[in-house]
Amino acid sequence: MNAPLKEREQALMGIGESRLRKEDARFIQGKGNYVDDVKMPGMLHMDIVRSPLAHARIKRINKEAALAMPGVHAVLTADDLKPLKLHWMPTLAGDVQAVLADEKVVFQMQEVAIVIADDRYIAADAVEAVEVEYEELPVVINPFDALKPDAPVIREDLAGKTEGAHGARTHHNHIFTWEAGDKSSADAAFANAPVTVKQDMFYPRVHPCPLETCGCVASFDPVRGELTTYITSQAPHVVRTVVSMLSGIPESKVRIISPDIGGGFGNKVGVYPGYVCAIVASIVLGRPVKWVEDRIENLSSTAFARDYHMSGELAATPDGKITGLRVEVVADHGAFDACADPTKFPAGMFHIVSGSYDIPAAHCSVKGVYTNKAPGGVAYRCSFRVTEAVYLIERMVDVLAQKLGIDKAEIRARNFIRKDQFPYTSAFGFEYDSGDYHTALQKVLDAVDYKALRAEQAAKRADPNSPTLMGIGLVTFTEVVGAGPSKMCDILGVGMFDSCEIRVHPTGSAIARMGTITQGQGHQTTYAQIIATELGIPSEVIQVEEGDTSTAPYGLGTYGSRSTPVAGAAIALAARKIHAKARKIAAHLLEVAEGDLEWEVDRFKVRGDDSRFKTMKDISWAAYNQPPEGLEPGLEAVHYYDPPNFTYPFGIYLCVVDIDKATGETKIRRFYALDDCGTRINPMIIDGQIHGGLTEGFAVAMGQLLSFDEQGNIQGNSLMDYFVPTAVETPKWETDYTVTPSPHHPLGAKGVAESPHVGSIPTFTSAIVDALSHLGVTHVDMPHTAYRTWKELKRLGVAQ
Amino acid sequence: MSKKLVSMTINGNKVEEAVEPRTLLIHFLREKLNLTGAHIGCETSHCGACTVDIDGESVKSCTCLAVQCEGADIKTVEGLASGGVLHAVQEGFYKEHGLQCGFCTPGMLMRAYRLLQENPDPTEEEIRVGMSGNLCRCTGYQNIVKAVQYASRKLREPATDTVAA
Repeated sequence: MNAPLKEREQALMGIGESRLRKEDARFIQGKGNYVDDVKMPGMLHMDIVRSPLAHARIKRINKEAALAMPGVHAVLTADDLKPLKLHWMPTLAGDVQAVLADEKVVFQMQEVAIVIADDRYIAADAVEAVEVEYEELPVVINPFDALKPDAPVIREDLAGKTEGAHGARTHHNHIFTWEAGDKSSADAAFANAPVTVKQDMFYPRVHPCPLETCGCVASFDPVRGELTTYITSQAPHVVRTVVSMLSGIPESKVRIISPDIGGGFGNKVGVYPGYVCAIVASIVLGRPVKWVEDRIENLSSTAFARDYHMSGELAATPDGKITGLRVEVVADHGAFDACADPTKFPAGMFHIVSGSYDIPAAHCSVKGVYTNKAPGGVAYRCSFRVTEAVYLIERMVDVLAQKLGIDKAEIRARNFIRKDQFPYTSAFGFEYDSGDYHTALQKVLDAVDYKALRAEQAAKRADPNSPTLMGIGLVTFTEVVGAGPSKMCDILGVGMFDSCEIRVHPTGSAIARMGTITQGQGHQTTYAQIIATELGIPSEVIQVEEGDTSTAPYGLGTYGSRSTPVAGAAIALAARKIHAKARKIAAHLLEVAEGDLEWEVDRFKVRGDDSRFKTMKDISWAAYNQPPEGLEPGLEAVHYYDPPNFTYPFGIYLCVVDIDKATGETKIRRFYALDDCGTRINPMIIDGQIHGGLTEGFAVAMGQLLSFDEQGNIQGNSLMDYFVPTAVETPKWETDYTVTPSPHHPLGAKGVAESPHVGSIPTFTSAIVDALSHLGVTHVDMPHTAYRTWKELKRLGVAQ
Repeated sequence: MSKKLVSMTINGNKVEEAVEPRTLLIHFLREKLNLTGAHIGCETSHCGACTVDIDGESVKSCTCLAVQCEGADIKTVEGLASGGVLHAVQEGFYKEHGLQCGFCTPGMLMRAYRLLQENPDPTEEEIRVGMSGNLCRCTGYQNIVKAVQYASRKLREPATDTVAA
């Protein structure tokens, strides 16, 4: 029992250990349980009739031919949902969205009717047999055109509504104008500034494209009046609340289960019409109904990300000290405002746009606009528009550096919030918890030998025969994650806390149930490690369960890097409640005062006496058969954690590219990513998350784009066209870290999985622009495909 | 729709079923035989989540009809482990953290299984090219490459230690 301390610690596999994943055994043997694997007796299949047009009035829908097909059980349209008041649904952003198109369609691939059939083949045949007659209406796909006085009216249902969920509406296609910071002080900074720069940039519409598409299996039991739904959701508890509100079924009779999720990346936060339709169909037919979208439906209709037209300005002194920031954004939200943001923040956390820099005066304004495109606006592997914000500020700092002829590393160091300034309140009101940017930057510059890289670049530029242009990208970003303090952040009125329930069993093993849901992050592995360290129970005997609203405590789910910052804290604090009770039991068993005990890895021992101790295993048993008088039996705790603040992870990323002068092809020679996520719980999983986030960032920067023609036809909505990199294109990543714990988080952890996506995207653009900067280029919009880069080279006279 | 009788060997078991001629192999495996390891990610042969091994070749089962597999010898992820022991590629993905959400994993494993028979000692570049028919959104492939290298080493120099299934 008295094994050396180190051995006992290692036996726990707690915080800091690269513990192999507990999830893997089922996934590597084909025993995962994803939504499409769910099969129920009597289950029917749903498919969706979608609009081929982006804007049209529905003249007539003829279901007859479809209904006549053997194996077809129902064809439902908006008119069928009307009596149930389910033809429209509220969105997370305070707007409403048509569940099935009500009198007109407003984007291509919009849901028009549903077909329920015996199997997916018959359902697909029946979709073809539903006849819909349309009258075409003028289409507007550009948000600037949408704001013209004579622009087509996209949302007739909002006629005369001059007040939206986020203030006044000034035009029939205007959703909101949201501002942060102080305009007058920002304007004053610009009025007196010796140096100013301005840059327009477009962050194109992209899609998270997880490998598993969205879907659900809805099963309404008409006898019990209970609804069970398996669903691809990153926030099952919120879905339960929404479903109860929409259907009128008491929340206690709604059970939402997020089983294994095949990647989310923001795509699976929203509530989509397909889910609602499957649930309605199950209620109407009294049988389980499965709906799983295909890839084209996924890319076309269930959410999108970004689509921000941004304009940034910096004011500065001649030596590069930034004195003011102004940002204006026109945000294309598509035909319904279904952005997934905390309710009070229609542009999410975009006001983190002052970045890692000490900027005394700043203002931003975001104008949301309707167009004839799919709704969505999800946080694609980021915390609510942080990606857009980081992109803008990092590009602007580069632009300023270029104008002043100051090196881009040097200008950053001059403007960083210094270590001694934390906690630091930004001009936008965020209170940054901790950071040490200078140390991290220097570590990266040393690791890559930045000076040598610049010398090599100068030599290449001087050599007219060099076949390539060399570019060095540098980004020094700060994220705001872990939403969030419920006084600021809520979803549909529910505060964004998160929760954990831990039960320690008599024989010393434990189960933890959480309000979050893993989609590949490895919660079952890492959450157990936190409990192992807190309670001295080996992580191997700690089960972690999430995703079933009937067993797990209410939580807001997993997105915005909130699992570790919020749920991770809930785990630690639930464990500490158990720890406190265990101490009482140990004192009772050892017949000493609580104050005479000290905690050591997995046991309480009498201070100064190694021979008198009770292990957590001993205490667990005692909790169920001989608790001290006055103490209730059992050993469990629940904790709902409402964070006092966000967390602010940061990183320093450097990328070296070589662009072929003749073809525009870009080779990522090197990518060095240093992340600081505070306390590191499982380094192996952190590295894996960073590799994945960097690869998604690479995809966005170098190729992803959902584009539309003038008629609103979506282009590139299959994997034939939409860029998902293979192992061949994907660069090799070098990772590094520093550790600056969060002072307000019980474990000091900050969250990590989104940083690499947020931080890498502007790094690639920074590198591409850097390669062209000696030719006077200050910015190039994404995606940096070979064709687009070649066009730029041709414009510059570099390529033929 | 009239059905056609097909027979094939799947993971060593003889299977005989009546299927509609239009039934895709992936639906036959997943819905008829409850072999849900192989997944559907795109239905256009791009993502490789549905990859299975048919007569010694990696095949994307979303673009292959069940009736085309008459008489075929098929292996799916469910048949990889044997005798209660994980196959080296499974062990490699586990040990090298070659998976996250797990959705692409069965396809990746089946491709790696075949790749290492086509080329038992591939270079990193050969692994990247050899696995390029399979998409992963989570890992960035770096640890998948390591996992295949691990399996390659293990298959060439079988160690005594194994990981139980």
